[in-house]
Amino acid sequence: MFLKTITFAGAFALLGSTAIAGCGISGGNVSVLSNDFPAIQAVTSAAAACAGDGVTVETNLTKDHKDIMVAALTANPAQYSSVVVSNSTLVTLMNDGLVRPLDEMVAKHGAALSKSQLITVNGKVMAVAFMANAQHLFSRTDVLEAAGVEGIPATYEDVLAAAEKIRAAGLMDYPVALNTKAGWNLAEEFVNMYMGTGADFFKSGTAEAAVNNENGVATLEMLKSLVAYSNPDYLTYDSNATQAEWEAGNLALATMWGSRGSAILDDEGSTAEVVSGTVLSAAPTWGNDARPASTLWWDGIAISTNVSDEDAEATFVAMMNGISSDVVKANNDAAVWLDGAYMPSPASAGVSGTAAGGAAPYPMLPFMGALHTALGAEITDFLQGSESAEQALADVEAAYTAAAKEQGFLN
Amino acid sequence: MKNRTFFWFILPSLITMLLFIALPIVSVAVQSVHIEHEAVMVEVENCGPFGCKQELQVDVEETAKLKEERPLGQFNGLGTYTNRNHLAFTEIGLAWQSSTGFVDFMPKALNLPFYRALAFTLTYTFVVTPLVIIFGFMIALGVNTLPKRIKGPTIFISLLPMIVTPLIGSLILFWMIDANGILGATLQRIFDDPNLSLKASPTLTWIMLMVYGVWHSAPFAFIVFYAGLQTVPADTMEAAMIDGASRWERTRYVVLPHLMPLTVFISLIQLMDNFRVFEPIVSFSAQASATSLSWIIYNDLVGNESQFFGSAGATSVLTIIGVSILLIPVLIRTWRDFNQKLV
Repeated sequence: MFLKTITFAGAFALLGSTAIAGCGISGGNVSVLSNDFPAIQAVTSAAAACAGDGVTVETNLTKDHKDIMVAALTANPAQYSSVVVSNSTLVTLMNDGLVRPLDEMVAKHGAALSKSQLITVNGKVMAVAFMANAQHLFSRTDVLEAAGVEGIPATYEDVLAAAEKIRAAGLMDYPVALNTKAGWNLAEEFVNMYMGTGADFFKSGTAEAAVNNENGVATLEMLKSLVAYSNPDYLTYDSNATQAEWEAGNLALATMWGSRGSAILDDEGSTAEVVSGTVLSAAPTWGNDARPASTLWWDGIAISTNVSDEDAEATFVAMMNGISSDVVKANNDAAVWLDGAYMPSPASAGVSGTAAGGAAPYPMLPFMGALHTALGAEITDFLQGSESAEQALADVEAAYTAAAKEQGFLN
Repeated sequence: MKNRTFFWFILPSLITMLLFIALPIVSVAVQSVHIEHEAVMVEVENCGPFGCKQELQVDVEETAKLKEERPLGQFNGLGTYTNRNHLAFTEIGLAWQSSTGFVDFMPKALNLPFYRALAFTLTYTFVVTPLVIIFGFMIALGVNTLPKRIKGPTIFISLLPMIVTPLIGSLILFWMIDANGILGATLQRIFDDPNLSLKASPTLTWIMLMVYGVWHSAPFAFIVFYAGLQTVPADTMEAAMIDGASRWERTRYVVLPHLMPLTVFISLIQLMDNFRVFEPIVSFSAQASATSLSWIIYNDLVGNESQFFGSAGATSVLTIIGVSILLIPVLIRTWRDFNQKLV
């Protein structure tokens, strides 16, 4: 009996592997490190289907991927053959030369890719993007209507006026939310808002910060006006908290990540009233209306430098399988895919609108991370009312300068 | 014991201590006096789904050459220690010169990240440590008088706050004090203020963190004191009773002196622990209102695109120095007691 079971199991395993291994890889080890959200889960599980026939596929999906990626790829051989990167993390890996150019592999295996998916730095393809993301406006049309607001706010000034009407009508005390948790999230809100002014973060061609100016002050003032309509706990609000508040029906106007759209519009975790009233639209502009106050992000695939060429190629093919048109079709609403097979949906209207409005991508600068960290720590004093906008921005520049010196970007 | 025997006897623990305590500290110290290589930058064209842009990038090959020459990075001496994100000598000097007095100077100093963190860390340490000792002692006295049958369960329940992992314990409290949570909503009712939020105001956040600290650590003091109470000599207590000492007098003149060494022990451990306060700040998302030295180290290494190893190293060394300074009075006292016993 025992022997029989073993034989059966063996036979099935053999059958299974020949059936699944259809990616055309002859062998190699594929290991992927990535962030963890539904669209990436779809990509990595499709890539994992290439396992078998001498190909092994391992995936590690974690919110904390940023903390381990440099150490994991510095090792030789690298712990992961691929990392799912975004604008900001690709720069960090490139700073240390940890990811390899993909031109040859794209030429060989990337026939299905469109040119806009290729992230090129100095003429070399360094990553293949598969989805776009941005923070943009979520509105509750039913609440706006009840408060007598016409249409969906297109500028942050309109958002403020609408919030005031909602509050005055006694519908909600705190109708507005942004991801304003002190640290990375709050800094991202500053970056988004500052982007709306059209100004640059650094003096052209240098690593010297240039946010302590009238644009920076106006940005802070706008953020402060908005959080006046937010729950007093706003400094603890990350994207999980804002999504929960939205689904609980406590918000009417919020700036949230596009990747949260499908989770909010599905029939889980909320009431029909909230879901049917929710409309996703482009990130508002403000002030001089230069461009939508948001940053565009892409998520894409990068391949480690410190792995064998065989593993690199196997990884590239497996990941191409992960972002193929079939995967995109099967998971259409999970993200704003860059693949041609993607069909726009209500969940993607916000990101598409933001991109169409001319929003800028998050700066791919090696020292942007240090400025982001400094912003997250130093602007809370202003929002809490304990110092002036100028002082907060001077603190940001001082904290950034010390950090950038430590990283060798400034002398 | 012969010196030779003693040496062989102690050698294994000596090696372990060297490997797992001394070497990491030395490595951290070495790291803290280095900064990263000067990044060689080139302007290149970056293209992606959203168009092309001229941007600065690190020239990997040139920077790799620098790294080859000096793998540790650039030697920076105490530069990291004295920069704005740590001891900030220059900024403190300027603030002092431009200030009319101490009252004017303090807010300027507390605007610097290191001093702000130090202010909270010290306040936390010196508020929580005595409260933990007092509460622990009172709980121990109370439990000691309970009838035998309910003593066991009471002790178990009293220990729960210490058994729960700090990160989890504070996360549970974080949700309970939320405006929609059971504690937060109750407080709003009691004070009749629908806008009351423990997470919003810096003062309330500080109080909340300290209440959490006492809640979490009091069981430790309690269990140590409770064990100590079992060793209070019964004949001395009886003699005090016959002399007509009240319960308070017996506690003050018999029990307390007897438990003094334990109090020193608890304060030693608690001073060290509280100076390293960290988990509640993360769980309560309190960094906007309260930061600690340990939190600064964490923030240098976790959650951002780039990691600041030199900066984290410098703060670590400063924390070790801080703990040593705090412990000196307690250690001197222990040393004196020890010498007295020898005589």
